[in-house]
Amino acid sequence: MTDAAELTRLTRELLAAHPPADTDRLDFLKARFDAGLAWVHYPEGLGGLGAPRALQVVVDAELQAAGAPDNDPRRIGIGLGMAAPTILGFGTEEQKRKFLRPLWVGEEVWCQLFSEPGAGSDLAALGTRAVRSEGGDWIVNGQKVWTSSAHLARWAILIARTDPDLPKHKGITYFLCDMTDPGVEVRPLRQVTGEAEFNEVFLTDVRIPDAHRLGEVGDGWRVAQTTLNNERVAIGGMRIPREGGMIGPVAETWRERPELRTHDLHQRLLKLWVEAEVARLTGERTRQQLVAGQPGPEGSGLKLSFARLNQEISGLEVELLGEEGLLYEDWTMRRPELVDFVGRDAGYRYLRSKGNSIEGGTSEVLLNIVAERVLGLPSEPRTDKDVAWKDLAR
Amino acid sequence: MSTQPDLLYSEEEDALRAAVRDLLADRCDPAGVIARVESDTPHDIPLWKALTEGMGLAGLLVPEELDGQGATHREVAVVLEELGRAVAPVPYLTSAVVATEALLECGADDLLSRLASGTTIGALAVSLSVPAGSAYSVVRFEDGGLHGELTGIADASVADVLLVPADDGGLYAVEAAAATVTPQVSLDLTRPVAKVVLDGAPGHLLGDAEPAVRRALRAGAGLLASEQLGLAEWTLTETVRYLKERKQFNRPVGGFQALKHRLAQLWLEVVNLRAAARNAADALANGADAEVAVAVAQAYAAPVAVHAAEEALQLHGGIGMTWEHPVHLYLKRAKADSIAYGTAGAHREALAELVDLRAP
Repeated sequence: MTDAAELTRLTRELLAAHPPADTDRLDFLKARFDAGLAWVHYPEGLGGLGAPRALQVVVDAELQAAGAPDNDPRRIGIGLGMAAPTILGFGTEEQKRKFLRPLWVGEEVWCQLFSEPGAGSDLAALGTRAVRSEGGDWIVNGQKVWTSSAHLARWAILIARTDPDLPKHKGITYFLCDMTDPGVEVRPLRQVTGEAEFNEVFLTDVRIPDAHRLGEVGDGWRVAQTTLNNERVAIGGMRIPREGGMIGPVAETWRERPELRTHDLHQRLLKLWVEAEVARLTGERTRQQLVAGQPGPEGSGLKLSFARLNQEISGLEVELLGEEGLLYEDWTMRRPELVDFVGRDAGYRYLRSKGNSIEGGTSEVLLNIVAERVLGLPSEPRTDKDVAWKDLAR
Repeated sequence: MSTQPDLLYSEEEDALRAAVRDLLADRCDPAGVIARVESDTPHDIPLWKALTEGMGLAGLLVPEELDGQGATHREVAVVLEELGRAVAPVPYLTSAVVATEALLECGADDLLSRLASGTTIGALAVSLSVPAGSAYSVVRFEDGGLHGELTGIADASVADVLLVPADDGGLYAVEAAAATVTPQVSLDLTRPVAKVVLDGAPGHLLGDAEPAVRRALRAGAGLLASEQLGLAEWTLTETVRYLKERKQFNRPVGGFQALKHRLAQLWLEVVNLRAAARNAADALANGADAEVAVAVAQAYAAPVAVHAAEEALQLHGGIGMTWEHPVHLYLKRAKADSIAYGTAGAHREALAELVDLRAP
């Protein structure tokens, strides 16, 4: 087993062989991947050393102290958080070797082609079709939506229906889709913020080789669960300082601009400050449980709490600003690379946070999941079980 | 890592919880509590003896050299979670936490040893509604005796010794036999309050009242959050259990989405409350950040505990409105707890100063 001392030694070796000051950023990242210090819990040869996940902090601290470049995880979040664990779990050796290194160093950005206009919270209702050609390739036709980073992505994880005669969860297959294929068309989707952070993706006779299928034919729903579970885990993994979230800028404004203060806003601010601090502590407790190897169901509630808090806090912030709250920084249509609440104005935060209770599962659906899986309450009556997808009402 | 609070439970804490829960399951069932609180002796003294003389729990905060257990607020918090879950009518928070903390501040070793053993029950003679740092009523010290009247004193009717603040700035120990203690009709039947009248009662000077009272009330508020957590957990668990069984419209009531969402929301609040309560207990044990941690925990805990008890009553339907169902004990405790050691609003006001978010 690789321990902390061994990781420190290996990290210093890497730094000695590739001094950050004289090494190209990408070259450094590739060397780090090859040394097994990218994600230490991954297997040897795939960017890791099979070490405990909790020891990554040892490597990160050492590299940060030496001023080494990092792989900008926020920019490649979908690849790191969703594509990589799924490829690791279900990919062939060839797929793992081909995709994981350029994914981790950020040479290749990934996006996620899951949601469709008719299949959001009810993801398994998706209608994008993949039909096998005589040559063995898959021909894909359909439309995806709410796709972040599609305009930047080299690759996509894609689920498509391969057998419409089976019930909706069973006839789905998981693919890795080349976004440079001529049949892939990405159109920006302008949102309430004025920006086009998401896209629609139209797939017209896109040809995907069978070598880019992930998992068995018809097993796509199970593979997708790995992707979605990892998406939720990623949210709970971060350590946030007090006032580290959306409450930070509001508290600062309150301190710096006493002329804006009213008694009503004071009461609401204090209440939200407490709730933000408690949500932060819950996140920290969830993180400590993971590190201690006792994962609990608490993580599934974090997204719900943060979605509501972000919306209430940003709403308060606009009111606090009074006349300034009537303004908005810029309605120009832009295509940002990542969602960044900090460094934007209050109006943007207010509008963008409206998506927090929709993206990655609506709050209503997540509350059902908590009620059924955590509290064990009876599930909703289902009319779509054991019915062929093609026979479902749409 | 050193600056991060430890928000988990240790193995020893889990073992302590299991022992307390076992005892309470045997000795403190809801029907028994309902019957007891209607009697002339609402406090369960045999249970108190089992917890203290049997398990040594009254001395958790007292050093071993004073016959205590030398444990910390983290262990006390676990005990309080279980006592809250059972709405146990014992003076644990008032004697083993609040009175004990006041004595620790005064260095009153003899009395501490007596409280640690559980053979003596102590009560701080400050109204249960007062938050740390706020003004409290005092009695007159005159001609070597104490004179005056104090109200809202929790568990005073069962206390052997009262810790009384006087107008000379001192905190005095007064034997309960030297005072007139009259029970007040209390909203919370399981932690009743009483009126204390002193008419020249002799008192033994323990030390300065102000720091002792402040420390006692701060610990009381911070650890009350753990009691509220246990209470909220019981109401949530019982309500979920009932809604899985209870059928209406040919379905278990718990299968209706409107109710599922309310219970899921409550679960989120309880999960958050656990983090806040653990944080307060850990901060009290380690001394770091305790002021903020306690204020955050109390500003959050009381509304959650009340919400949980109110939802439990509503979702139990008609049966929840009856005297025979124990949910009313929990509602009354939760509502009284929302005032005890300061309301959520009082703690938010304290936070405004502590974290520099000042009023207009």
